[in-house]
Amino acid sequence: MSSMAAAIQCRDLRKTYDGKVEAVRGLNLEIQAGECFGLLGPNGAGKTTTIEILEGLLEPTSGEVFILGHTWRENEREMREWLGISLQETRLSEKLTVRETVELFASFYREPRSSDEVLHELQLTEKADSWVGKLSGGQKQRLAVATALVCNPKILFLDEPTTGLDPQSRRQLWDIIRAFQRKGGTVLLTTHYMDEAERLCDRLAIVDHGQIIAEGSPSDLIERLGGHHVVEFSVTGNSDGAALEAWRKLPSVESAREDDGLVALNVQELHLAIPALLDEVKRQESELLSLTTRQASLEDVFVRLTGRHLREQ
Amino acid sequence: MSIAEPIPPAELKAKPPASPAKRNRRWAGYTHLLMARMKELKREPEVIFWVFVFPLLLAFGLGIAFRNKPADAPPVVIVAGPRAQDAVALLEHSPQPGAFKIQVQDADTALRGFRLGKYDLVIEPDAQGGFQYRYDPARPESTLARAQVDDALQTASGRHDVLETKAVTSSDPGSRYIDFLIPGLLGMNLMNSGMWGIGFALVDMRQRKLLKRFVGTPMRRGDFLLALLSSRLVLMLIEIGLLLTLGVVVFHMKVMGSLFSIVLLGSAGAVAFGGIGLLTASRAQKIESVSGLMNLVMMPMWIFSGVFFSYERFPAMIQPLIKALPLTALNDALRASILEGRPLSHQWPRLLVLILWGGISFVLAVRWFRWT
Ligand SMILES: Nc1ncnc2c1ncn2[C@@H]1O[C@H](COP(=O)(O)OP(=O)(O)OP(=O)(O)O)[C@@H](O)[C@H]1O
Ligand SMILES: [Mg+2]
Repeated sequence: MSSMAAAIQCRDLRKTYDGKVEAVRGLNLEIQAGECFGLLGPNGAGKTTTIEILEGLLEPTSGEVFILGHTWRENEREMREWLGISLQETRLSEKLTVRETVELFASFYREPRSSDEVLHELQLTEKADSWVGKLSGGQKQRLAVATALVCNPKILFLDEPTTGLDPQSRRQLWDIIRAFQRKGGTVLLTTHYMDEAERLCDRLAIVDHGQIIAEGSPSDLIERLGGHHVVEFSVTGNSDGAALEAWRKLPSVESAREDDGLVALNVQELHLAIPALLDEVKRQESELLSLTTRQASLEDVFVRLTGRHLREQ
Repeated sequence: MSIAEPIPPAELKAKPPASPAKRNRRWAGYTHLLMARMKELKREPEVIFWVFVFPLLLAFGLGIAFRNKPADAPPVVIVAGPRAQDAVALLEHSPQPGAFKIQVQDADTALRGFRLGKYDLVIEPDAQGGFQYRYDPARPESTLARAQVDDALQTASGRHDVLETKAVTSSDPGSRYIDFLIPGLLGMNLMNSGMWGIGFALVDMRQRKLLKRFVGTPMRRGDFLLALLSSRLVLMLIEIGLLLTLGVVVFHMKVMGSLFSIVLLGSAGAVAFGGIGLLTASRAQKIESVSGLMNLVMMPMWIFSGVFFSYERFPAMIQPLIKALPLTALNDALRASILEGRPLSHQWPRLLVLILWGGISFVLAVRWFRWT
C-alpha cells in the first residue's frame, strides 16, 4: 500500500495458464486516479488476462495488485462497490429488456445511480423497453457500459469496448468515457485501435507477449519513435537487406523498414531526408514509383516495436 | 490529443429530472434476480411447453390410453369343421354368455389371425370329441383366454365345482392406472424441470460469461443460487397445481392427502433435484457437455424409479438401491400422500433420502462451483 494515490497498481504480475501458456510475464503498472489508461496490443498479447486479474476475477500466478491501495484478498466485497466492469464478451440475457438489465445490475450495489439517468446518458432511453436480444451490436456494447456505469464506480474497466463498432458508435462511446473521466473517474481500457488509444488515453502501455514494451503518453511514444514524420515510397528493382541499409544511412533517417515492396522511413527533418532520398534513387539507377509523407502515429510506434520484437523471435 | 467531436456529449442534452440516489436494501439483489429469472422463463415459450404443457399432454394421453373400461371380451376363433358348431353352442350356453367374441374360420385364416394378434386363442375340435387349444403363453391375454374358454366349456359340459368361491370387483378411484400415473409424472416432472431449470440455466450463463460478469459486482453469490432455487419452487407450485387439477377434473382422481403435505413433498423434491442439477452443472463449460451429463444422471431414475410402472418388478436384490434414488423416494412419497393420505410423519425415511441427496449435492456443488 505504498502510494495512496494510485487507483490501480500492480507489481511483477505473472499468469501461466495450465502450467504452460505464459499469458502475462512480469507486468508493472501504476495508474493514477482520474487518468484514462490504455492497454494496447495485438490478439493474444495478454490484455484480457491482465485486466481480469486487476478486476479480481482471475487469480494471478504471482505478483501483487492494489486497487485504491486495497488487495482483493482482504477486501473483495468492499472493492466490488467501486468498480464498473465491462468484459470482452458477455452475452446479457436476451429476454430481459434494457431497463430490466440495468436495474438488475443496479440492485447489487449499495448506492447505485438512477437507471433512467444512465440510460439517458448512453442514449438508450428509446430502447429502454426493448429486449436485449433485439439490440444492434453497438447498442449492446453501450448497454454493457451502462451496466458498468450504473453502480457509480470510481474506476471503470473496459475490455475492448469498441471492437466491432462503426466509427459513429465508437465516437459515441468515446464521449461517454470522456464524460466519466471529466467527473473524476479513472478508466482502464484495452484496445487494438491505435487511433482510439491516441485520442482517448492520457497514457498507455503497449503490451506484447505478456510484457509491456513501451509506456507513456501517446505524444511521448511518438516522440520516442525518433521522428515525427514517416516517408513511404516504392522503387523499381529488387529491394533487399542491403538496399534497406542504404535507406537507413540517409541523413535524418531514424529507422527504416519494408513491407511488401513499400519502404517506410522514420524521419526527423524532411528537408534533409527527401533530397538525399531522391539522390540515392538516382544513384541506384532505379525509378521512384510512389512517395508519400505523413505525421507519425502510434501505429508506427507499434509496428516498429513489435516488428523488431517479432524479428528477434 | 486531437479530438474530433461532431456529436455533442450526451450530458449536455436535456436530462430527465435526476431522481434522488437510492439505497438498496439487503434483499434488493435477491428480489431482482428472482424477478429477472421469472420474467425470462415467462418469455421463453419452450420453457412453458416443456415444463407445463408437455407433462399435461403426457398425462392426458396415457390416461386416455389406459383408462379403465370393462375388460374386452377376448376374441377367439374356432377352426371350421364338423364339430365347430358344438363348440359355439357350448360357449354360448356357458354361465356368462357374451363373454367371448367367437368366430369360425378355416384353419389357415384362423392361424394367420392368431399370429397377427387378431385372436387370443384358437380352438380346434379334435378327433376324440374334445378340443385342442392353441395359445401363446407369452401373451397374458392369450393365457387368460385359454383359462376362461376352458372354464366355460367345462362348466357348460356339466362340470361341478367342489369348492365354493366368490369374487368382488374393485376399480375405485385410487387404484386405477391413472391414479398411479399422475403422482409419478409429477415426480418425473419435478426432476426434469429441476435438473434442466438449474443445470442448464447455470451452464448457459457460464458459457455466456454472464456468471463472470455477475461475480464482478458485489452480488452475493448465495443470493444468486437462492434466487435460482426460489424460481424452481414457484414453478413447482404451478406444476403440482396443474397436474393435480387435470387428475381431479378430467380423471376424477381423489386427492386424499392435504395440499400442504403435497406441496411440502414437492418442495423437498424440487430442492433435492435443484441440488443435483447444481452439482451436475458445477464445472461444465459447454451446454453439450452438461446435457450428456444430465441425461446420464437422470437415466437410471427414468428406468427404475417407478414413474410409469411399479419398480416392484425389478429383482429383489436391487430394490434397496432403487429405493435410495431420489426420484423413487419422491414418487413413493407423493403416491402415499396423494393416493392414501398417509401423514408426513410416516414419510420421514423418504424425506430423509430427498434431503440427503439435496444437501450433499449442494455442499459439493458449492465447493466445486466455477463462476468463470
Ligand atoms: N483460459 C485460458 N486457458 C488457457 N490459455 C488462455 C486462457 N485465456 C487466455 N489464454 C491464452 O493467453 C494468451 C493471452 O490471452 P488474452 O485473452 O489475455 O489476450 P488478449 O490480449 O486479450 O487478446 P485479444 O486481443 O484477442 O482479446 C493467449 O495466448 C491465450 O491463448
Ligand atoms: Mg482480450
